Amino acid sequence: MASAAISQLHSRRAAAPAATPRATQDPVWVRWLLTGVALLFVASFLVLPLVSVFAEALRRGVGAYFASFEDPDALSAIRLTLLAAGISVPANLVFGVVAAWAITKFNFPGKSLLLTMIDLPFAVSPVISGLIYVLIFGAQGWFGPWLIEHDVKVIFAVPGIVLATTFVTFPFVAREIIPLMQAQGTDEEYAAITLGASGWQTFWRVTLPNIKWGLFYGVILCNARAMGEFGAVSVVSGHIRGETNTIPLHVEILYNEYNFVAAFAVASLLAVLAIITLVLKSFIEWKYQQGHAGE
Amino acid sequence: MSLFRTNRSALPGFNLSLGFTVFYLSLIVLVPLSAVFLRTAGMTWDHFTQAVATPRVIASYRISFGASFLAALVNLVFGLLLAWVLVRYPFPGRKVIDALVDLPFALPTAVAGIALTAIYSKNGWIGQYLEPLGIHVAFTELGVLVALTFIGLPFVVRTLQPVIEELQPEIEEASASLGANRWQTITRVILPELFPPLLTGFALAFARALGEYGSVVFISGNMPMRTEIVPLLIMTKLEQYDYRGATAIALVMLVASFVLLLIINLLQKWSRRYHQV
Repeated sequence: MASAAISQLHSRRAAAPAATPRATQDPVWVRWLLTGVALLFVASFLVLPLVSVFAEALRRGVGAYFASFEDPDALSAIRLTLLAAGISVPANLVFGVVAAWAITKFNFPGKSLLLTMIDLPFAVSPVISGLIYVLIFGAQGWFGPWLIEHDVKVIFAVPGIVLATTFVTFPFVAREIIPLMQAQGTDEEYAAITLGASGWQTFWRVTLPNIKWGLFYGVILCNARAMGEFGAVSVVSGHIRGETNTIPLHVEILYNEYNFVAAFAVASLLAVLAIITLVLKSFIEWKYQQGHAGE
Repeated sequence: MSLFRTNRSALPGFNLSLGFTVFYLSLIVLVPLSAVFLRTAGMTWDHFTQAVATPRVIASYRISFGASFLAALVNLVFGLLLAWVLVRYPFPGRKVIDALVDLPFALPTAVAGIALTAIYSKNGWIGQYLEPLGIHVAFTELGVLVALTFIGLPFVVRTLQPVIEELQPEIEEASASLGANRWQTITRVILPELFPPLLTGFALAFARALGEYGSVVFISGNMPMRTEIVPLLIMTKLEQYDYRGATAIALVMLVASFVLLLIINLLQKWSRRYHQV
């Protein structure tokens, strides 16, 4: 932060009527050229795909767009996505906070190994993230025969989808707040404990207010991934229409049936979610900088 | 402050929080992942090599590793450009562009996949101009590259941005005052400074591209030997109930991912140390 303030100071000084260009400044034509190329790249690689989702969805008009959501299968896919995210995001939220508490407030051997382990799901291909649960709960898996005997379905059913979603979104919250809590140290907590607060009071009144924006940030990223996960869920879902299809899987089915307008219409829900996520992210970053500027 | 450091156990909840962390981690991540290793360990060596070294599987390795490498390379160039422009050149709307960089993180891969396919198909917004030139993107190797470039972009930009922000202008001034021209300053002073984060961003983008599934399956056309990536091949084997084959290939990919993770961790450590010096 301090260095940002300093560099701001520098650029302000540079902006003053300086006759000679500073040595750190590039010629105007270089700046224009590089900015132009960068903007062109962003426009063609990022903006076009986003815009095209809505353009394709609205190709046959607004009526056809909204008609796509009257399909009971689409509605059931939306319900299932909300359910899966509704279970896995809170579960990973609790885990993230507990893990961050253990890792940042105490010293113990094997800490960096634990940190690496928490990051593992990011390194695993989504398809493999689904496969591992098939190996355990599938018909030929470790618990397969037992599950069949007791008539419990995990794979090709909702529990498998929730498990796979939880796996792929596992690190989001933890990884967002661990650096934050590391930077904040333990002094405030020690002060609270010394003044007679209980552990819970310390957490709720001291730690939580300090990390609330980071936590919120982690949760929205976790949620975006949970609702949009495709590969892992695809492996464990079995693609049963109206039963085990999430929104991304429903998009795939519609697309493969050449029902493009409906596919893009349902996809536009996820695109809106992505835009909301980006806006919230910018808002939190702004809020965070404000908080730091106030200190 | 340091008075308390000696008495670390004064904060409550160590056993409970660490216990829960390890338990949940084992339940969701470690035990399920170990299934891949244990299942493969049950195979004979011959079965294993037969599963992971057929011509079709080897072709898929080549496509996955090759396209991921090229995509990470493209991201290296454009990621550096974008990060540099975003930090150094103020222009109206910079905040919006900066936020947009994270789009590939936020946009579900399946949505990215169908959107890119629509854009690069024969009648698409970009495809209609490329097709007359004889450049086919959708349903070719190039399509795989485009999709993998899309999903890897934020990694390079976000790794570089904080480092460029912290570059001391004084160093560039010193370089200039010692007689270096701008090009020499960039290639001999700035770029060496950015080398560790560039390498880290490259490795992150490569690792992500290697496992990617959703955005590729729509645009690649999924032709065996030509555009079939490894995750898709695992999926195909699963659909054919060839669990052994799928698991064996998954093991190869997992080992590759773990090696990459290790390299990335070392790179980040190096990057940090390099930066402190």
